[in-house]
Amino acid sequence: MRAFTYERAKSPAEAAAAAASAPGARFIAGGTNLLDLMKLEIETPRRLIDVNGLDLDKVEKTSDGGLRIGALVRNTDLAAHERVRRDYGVLSRALLAGASGQLRNKATTAGNLLQRTRCPYFYDTAQPCNKRQPGSGCSAIGGASRSLAVVGSSQACIATHPSDMAVAMRVLDATVETVAADGRTRQIPIADFHRLPGDTPNVETALAPGELITAVILPKPIGGRHAYHKVRDRASYAFALVSVAAVIQRDGSGRVAFGGVAHRPWRVEAAEAGLPRGATAVTDRVFAGAKPTAENRFKLRLAERTLAGVLAETRA
Amino acid sequence: MKIEFEISRRGLLTASAATVAATAAPLNAEPQDADAPVLAKVSLKVNGKDHDLELDTRTTLLDALREHLRLTGTKKGCDHGQCGACTVIVDGRRINACLTLAVMHEGAKVTTIEGLGTPRDLHPMQAAFVKHDGYQCGYCTPGQICSAVAVLDEIKAGVPSHVTADLGARPEVSPAELRERMSGNICRCGAYSNIVDAITEVAGSRA
Repeated sequence: MRAFTYERAKSPAEAAAAAASAPGARFIAGGTNLLDLMKLEIETPRRLIDVNGLDLDKVEKTSDGGLRIGALVRNTDLAAHERVRRDYGVLSRALLAGASGQLRNKATTAGNLLQRTRCPYFYDTAQPCNKRQPGSGCSAIGGASRSLAVVGSSQACIATHPSDMAVAMRVLDATVETVAADGRTRQIPIADFHRLPGDTPNVETALAPGELITAVILPKPIGGRHAYHKVRDRASYAFALVSVAAVIQRDGSGRVAFGGVAHRPWRVEAAEAGLPRGATAVTDRVFAGAKPTAENRFKLRLAERTLAGVLAETRA
Repeated sequence: MKIEFEISRRGLLTASAATVAATAAPLNAEPQDADAPVLAKVSLKVNGKDHDLELDTRTTLLDALREHLRLTGTKKGCDHGQCGACTVIVDGRRINACLTLAVMHEGAKVTTIEGLGTPRDLHPMQAAFVKHDGYQCGYCTPGQICSAVAVLDEIKAGVPSHVTADLGARPEVSPAELRERMSGNICRCGAYSNIVDAITEVAGSRA
């Protein structure tokens, strides 16, 4: 690990200004992903700004009946929160499907959104990777790609976003609230928050340098049956091969997003009109532009069958 | 060919030495070497005892416990949060001590395996692991026991898990719940079924 200076942030705006003024600065909250990457020298911050002391760890009701989740709310606390369990079950389920109890006790809401891919070539510093070292090439294309993206990928990168929580946030139409270095706040719809890889897979989110997430806001509850199904190589504590987050209404209409298949949570709203007709009608459209590799082509059938399982459960 | 190789190798060695000589002086002269360790102070309350430490900012909580406080009961397995051997309880919650920095825990209360019980006065969970043979080599055991103690507190507090059928109901102590909740603690000897038996017994005696 490279040496770094360490400081505790005093306010969100000060933290954003400090991070923007130093190119090698990083915020640290839970640290469960950042420290892992620092040990491997994939991340080499010169300055760590600890935001844990900021007053961003509350879950509060919003004036329109939604929920404002502070950036520092731990994954365990969010999953266990009474209102989240009752009104946003898909979010509780997604959180509980991710990581281990120890990690969920540390990992934060904002950090979960910002976690980096687990593409094996991103982690292997001896291999080219456009995300880790822009312009060096993509070792995953033509390499071991079983766990990687089938849709929305580019010639530069076929990495997936590893989060379960973010897939549920996408289906719930969450909004990410931030503060920038100049003190201005803004709200970014979750649909616009994570980027597709394109030619710059190293740029993963819509955040500007130094911009700090302060909260994630959920609109008022939409009712319906909530489900999160995650398919993985072992029963617990593994990343998704495919996951499905869904909210299905009594009349068969609903919303659905997929995890483990793309560089961001993958949702095609136009395909949701097909939900009353069954899984195939939806996945045919959701994965219309898919470019799977020989090794991960199975994810397309797996996504269809996982959605079929979700629909059977939510209509039972 | 051999001679050419010898020459080029010697040439390379000479060039390397020159590079070292050229760069070493200014680096040593520079007062703010970018790679020089940065020290910071932190106070921890470990197993009820206060400690004031001055540490390299890079020091993980795990290394602070093992290398600085000589509490070697907490184990380093993967050092990447994948095995759970480093599990300790910080302010009442189990965490991976390898994936957090000591300086991030100013004033925190840390409980390690040494703080749960002693050989003469075992914690009920330690006694149950002995009784049920919840280990073979024992390397993962301190992490398993710290995790298990916290798992029962989490169930008691109503924290649901991936296998909890009804998010609206209180979670129960069942083998399925314990297996899921303990999935962050890997045991290469495969003592899992006995570990579940040990935790189940402690949960039953508490109820």
